[in-house]
Amino acid sequence: MADLDAEQTSTAQPIAARLWNSRWLLAAGIVAVLAVYGFAGMSAYVVLAALALLLAAALLPSGAARQSAEDAAAIEASGLQRLSGEYLAAAVADPLIIFDRAATIVHANAAAFAAFGGIAPGMSLSLKFRAPEMQALLDDLLSGTVASDVVDYTEKLPVERAYRVSASSVGHATDLYVLVFKDQSEARRIDRMRADFIANASHELRTPLASISGFIETLRGPARGDPAARDQFLQIMQNQTGRMARLIDDLLSLSRLEMKPYLKPGTEVDLRQTIDSVIDSLGPLARETGVVIERDFVEGPLEVPGDRDELFQVFENLLENACKYGQSGGRVTVSIARTETGPEAGIDVTIRDYGPGIPEEHIPRITERFYRVDVENSRTQKGTGLGLSIVKHILTRHNARLSIKSEVGKGAAFSVHLPAR
Amino acid sequence: MQSVHIVSAYDEELKYLSKRIAAMGGHAERMVEQAITALVNADPGLAQKVIHDDIVLDEGQREIDDKAIVIIAKRQPMATDLREIVGAIRISADIERVGDLGKNVAKRVAAVTDGRQPTSLFRGLEALANLALTQLKEVLDVYASRSVEKIGFVRDRDDQIDAMYTSLFRELLTYMMEDPRNITPCTHLLFCAKNIERIGDHATNIAETIYYIVTGDQMPAERPKGDKTDKVVLPGTVPAK
Repeated sequence: MADLDAEQTSTAQPIAARLWNSRWLLAAGIVAVLAVYGFAGMSAYVVLAALALLLAAALLPSGAARQSAEDAAAIEASGLQRLSGEYLAAAVADPLIIFDRAATIVHANAAAFAAFGGIAPGMSLSLKFRAPEMQALLDDLLSGTVASDVVDYTEKLPVERAYRVSASSVGHATDLYVLVFKDQSEARRIDRMRADFIANASHELRTPLASISGFIETLRGPARGDPAARDQFLQIMQNQTGRMARLIDDLLSLSRLEMKPYLKPGTEVDLRQTIDSVIDSLGPLARETGVVIERDFVEGPLEVPGDRDELFQVFENLLENACKYGQSGGRVTVSIARTETGPEAGIDVTIRDYGPGIPEEHIPRITERFYRVDVENSRTQKGTGLGLSIVKHILTRHNARLSIKSEVGKGAAFSVHLPAR
Repeated sequence: MQSVHIVSAYDEELKYLSKRIAAMGGHAERMVEQAITALVNADPGLAQKVIHDDIVLDEGQREIDDKAIVIIAKRQPMATDLREIVGAIRISADIERVGDLGKNVAKRVAAVTDGRQPTSLFRGLEALANLALTQLKEVLDVYASRSVEKIGFVRDRDDQIDAMYTSLFRELLTYMMEDPRNITPCTHLLFCAKNIERIGDHATNIAETIYYIVTGDQMPAERPKGDKTDKVVLPGTVPAK
């Protein structure tokens, strides 16, 4: 019923509109017919016929009416037409790239710029995404073999990231295509983390566990009635459990870092304030080890984009290492310098100790997980072998660089270069 | 009308060259990556795949050579165009070598995995490979973006690769001296490390070629250095009297 009513009104409306559109002509016609009737004294039938003819003419669909109907349709459709592709792309949270038949980038949204540095409109897409599966996808799409397709694409370096990429053509005969990247890194990373955890950590956890179980065996057997030995053994066991706990803490913080896909942009960190609070928090350790911490900060604002908690951890780990392993030097210098110009503009933070230094052959490898220059020394200093891995990981996420300079007998300098922008 | 047509066809040909280079580069990156994964995870299946994939790169290099010669003969290129074409020939040769080196690592997988080696060795190799692959990736990214002003990083990373290689070299020597049964697998690993280090060198070569293509100048002369394995002597390597 409702449908029928709607149809009736829809037919009645144009008729009324046509009459209204031609109201002036119609009125003039009627006046003219009546005037002719008054002056010429024609028969009333002729006049009625003439009036009927006028009315019929007015009811014929006019060109203007058709025009206005088209206008209305256009206004209705322009809701989407006025929307520029650029705004639409910017509103998509996933990286999105629009490209043409020659695989040249036409437009990339902000997420794409953030995810894949070094892309610009006018650049060739197939030069940037060189992985064989991406090449095949682009070839298939551009040659017209498929209209749309989905592939899995992984980037291993510098940070491992996995995407599900869907590609398709846009609109009809626009010769434009679009790539949308859906980030799958988290799931992938969790898998990997699990495998890594089992491979690396089980060995590290096994060592203290083996010694604890050895002491338990001794306490229940030969040393059963020996209080002095019992005290000593319990002390060792406590140290070992403490070590396991620290190891688990570090592993968890590393896994948390790996789980967060990449740094969220936009936050600024005040390095001066961050490093001051790191130095304060390590005051007790410095006193205990007899190390004096010296500051050498450059003037002016020292702000870099980054995550405060993560950068805090970086400098905490570095300074803690400097205090522990550079203890014999008696002092540690923390200096901040600024590089203003050039492609390398940014802030350098250097933490320098004057201890025994690191032999050259170990330097390239000390950021590897569980790599230790001196296993015995690391154990006595309660190191887990993960501190510098965590530092390296955070700095990679910040696009920053860690450089290590050391001379045996003269100490070591760890420099962090944070790009300004 | 005629001239417009010729120029655009010429452009197409040049574009085709760089597109082929990128495809080869992507393929080489993938091969090296898989060869290292096969080595670390002791996966002979994956190693076989890498060995078979090498043929794609050989074919790519032949194709680029042919195409480049045809373009030179047909278009008589000058200046940038000529550098672009000659550069393409050189880069494709470097990439093909990278593929060969990856294949050689894959071939050694079976020999190395016979007896299980300490994991720290593999971790070191992996780290070395990551450095070399990052180098290769960044260089090929520069080829895409042509922003040669960033090319300084290549030298820095080259130093890191050399230092890492020297360190691995020492470590492998230590293992060999500990137990003569380690000598066979460790020698293979030594070659793997050398191959990976060579991949970094080829990436540096490519960077130099790109610099030349874009600027027309040779990259400023490199300071003399390199890995220091030629001087590594471990105590006790001198035969006992």
